[in-house]
Amino acid sequence: MKILVTVKEVAEVEDEFEISGGDIAEQYLEYDLNEWDDYAVEEAVQISEDVDDVEVVTATIGPERAEETIRMALAKGADRAIRVWDDDLEADSYLDVDSKAELLAAVVEEEAPDLVLTGVQAGDEANGATGVTLAEKIGFEWAAVVNQLDLDVEGGVANVHRELEGGVEELTEVESPAVLTIQSGINEPRYASLRGIRQAQSKPLDVKTLGDVGLDASVLESSLNQTDLYEPESEGDATVWSGDAEETAGELAAFLRDKGVVEA
Amino acid sequence: MSDVLAITEHRRGELRDVSLEMVSAGRDLADQTGGDLHLAVVSGDVDALADDVNREGADAIHTVEYGEEFNHDVYTQAIEQLYAEVDPQFLLAPNSVNGMDYAPAVAEGLALPLVTDAIDLAYDDGLTVTREEYGGKVETTIDVEEDHAAVTIRPAEWPQAEGTGDAAIEAFDADIDESEIKSTVTGYEEVAGGDVDISEADFLVSIGRGIDEEENLPLIEALVEATDATLSSSRPIVDNGWLPANRQVGQSGKVVTPDVYIAIGISGAVQHVAGMKGADTIVAINTDPNAPIWDLADYGIEDDLFDVVPALIEEFGGEVPDL
Ligand SMILES: Cc1cc2nc3c(=O)[nH]c(=O)nc-3n(C[C@H](O)[C@H](O)[C@H](O)COP(=O)(O)OP(=O)(O)OC[C@H]3O[C@@H](n4cnc5c(N)ncnc54)[C@H](O)[C@@H]3O)c2cc1C
Repeated sequence: MKILVTVKEVAEVEDEFEISGGDIAEQYLEYDLNEWDDYAVEEAVQISEDVDDVEVVTATIGPERAEETIRMALAKGADRAIRVWDDDLEADSYLDVDSKAELLAAVVEEEAPDLVLTGVQAGDEANGATGVTLAEKIGFEWAAVVNQLDLDVEGGVANVHRELEGGVEELTEVESPAVLTIQSGINEPRYASLRGIRQAQSKPLDVKTLGDVGLDASVLESSLNQTDLYEPESEGDATVWSGDAEETAGELAAFLRDKGVVEA
Repeated sequence: MSDVLAITEHRRGELRDVSLEMVSAGRDLADQTGGDLHLAVVSGDVDALADDVNREGADAIHTVEYGEEFNHDVYTQAIEQLYAEVDPQFLLAPNSVNGMDYAPAVAEGLALPLVTDAIDLAYDDGLTVTREEYGGKVETTIDVEEDHAAVTIRPAEWPQAEGTGDAAIEAFDADIDESEIKSTVTGYEEVAGGDVDISEADFLVSIGRGIDEEENLPLIEALVEATDATLSSSRPIVDNGWLPANRQVGQSGKVVTPDVYIAIGISGAVQHVAGMKGADTIVAINTDPNAPIWDLADYGIEDDLFDVVPALIEEFGGEVPDL
């Protein structure tokens, strides 16, 4: 069995930042493995540890810098990785959900996995739509926001819990092959061991261009344009206590006593 | 061609609040495009649900009777067919967990561009959608170049439509291909029960990823003890197994309405805010002046929690643990 896990490197913004040229200036960004993808990788690796003959392949759309993140997924137990990037992608200013899903669909076509795991959303753009769009493109069944997975490999069914709002979970049987979007908390992602990190260096990481996966730049054409990016005007009018920690804690303590929520 | 079709949501027989917000968002947009607002109710007791969502602003309600509860294979087929029938310019769906489960498939099936989690919609010869990125630290605008598009609407951003509408309610006879139904909902499960009910508490001390490590939990527990508060948290704390699920505040956790809510090291992501915005007074302790929690906070301390919390414990005569 083969499991494909989509792995995105996401940017995190520092506390203080500046915007230039319609984007957050590079020096204020730090890159990391998308939180939700970390859980998806872990889920795939756990399945590979439970079931015989499972290969875990990661797929990433991203520049060379993303390899650090990809090696992290390899160190945690994925077997090999695919990274799609080329000059056309580099030059593209806004990669929308449809283009991403189209690219990943081309990878799925080549790899023919039995199961695809993605994160529910990416921490930066937070579209939360790539996994289900991909499923529809490749004709797989799917389930979004999965926080429990019990795979019946023989029966070709994934028994999942979908985490709905308000502490309610939906129990669903999904026919495979399927795309499941994985919610945080489904498992406990492992730390990469030193041995894993060493081994990851020698695991295959294939870099492919659009042409290599049978596409051309037309896949990047989009009817969506990101026209502005700005810091939202603060709607807040919080009273912010100033001073050192003793002073501010003193203000807060006085406030809580005043309010009558603390008696001490 | 300039109509809007908005999909409503229900669960276990009840219309969900987001449905009434969809009516407002849909009305807003239909006013801008100069078209009608059509609503869709799919599955469940459609007549009762249609009556319920028939608020001021709705022009037509289409019901699709098929099964009791949400099934995305049914929704996808029903909505695609209804879209073909109504022929609207824009399709709106909630950015709820179920919306995330069918809207991308419907958009793909109908070859519509999809913009998710909208917090504002403006139409002027073309649609511009405002949304957030980086956990709410920035906003972006997305211009849609095509005439048609699908957009999912962030819950709790628009007001709930009120009044009684006079929309015509019509049954739509969707032709559901059962061989295409490849997922089956087998039941529901309530989680997050247990001894403590944070939704009953008057004073919540709530912690987020800012506390960094489980080893720092005793510091917060000392504050909770010294102030006789109830301890709650954002999702990462529960995901990490540091606190049980019944302590989680938010969209997938609990909705709380205390007199005072102290958010310590919590950024205020939308899914967290969904659970705590009803608190009477919100106090933030956070190092990041750009964290979205400041939009909600009534009071705050912009400082390191590891400096503030020990000082606070001492204010109340508690003992600061060695970490
Ligand atoms: C479908 C779905 C459902 C979800 N449901 C929920 C839910 O029910 N509840 C929920 O909470 N989340 C939920 N989430 C997750 C949510 O999107 C956020 O990831 C989460 O709320 C972030 O938690 P946080 O604020 O603790 O962490 P972060 O966003 O990482 O914020 C940590 C904050 O701590 C501050 N900080 C760091 N160090 C210090 C320090 N020393 N002193 C002071 N401040 C410090 C930082 O400045 C930052 O603002 C859901 C997500 C999805 C996709």
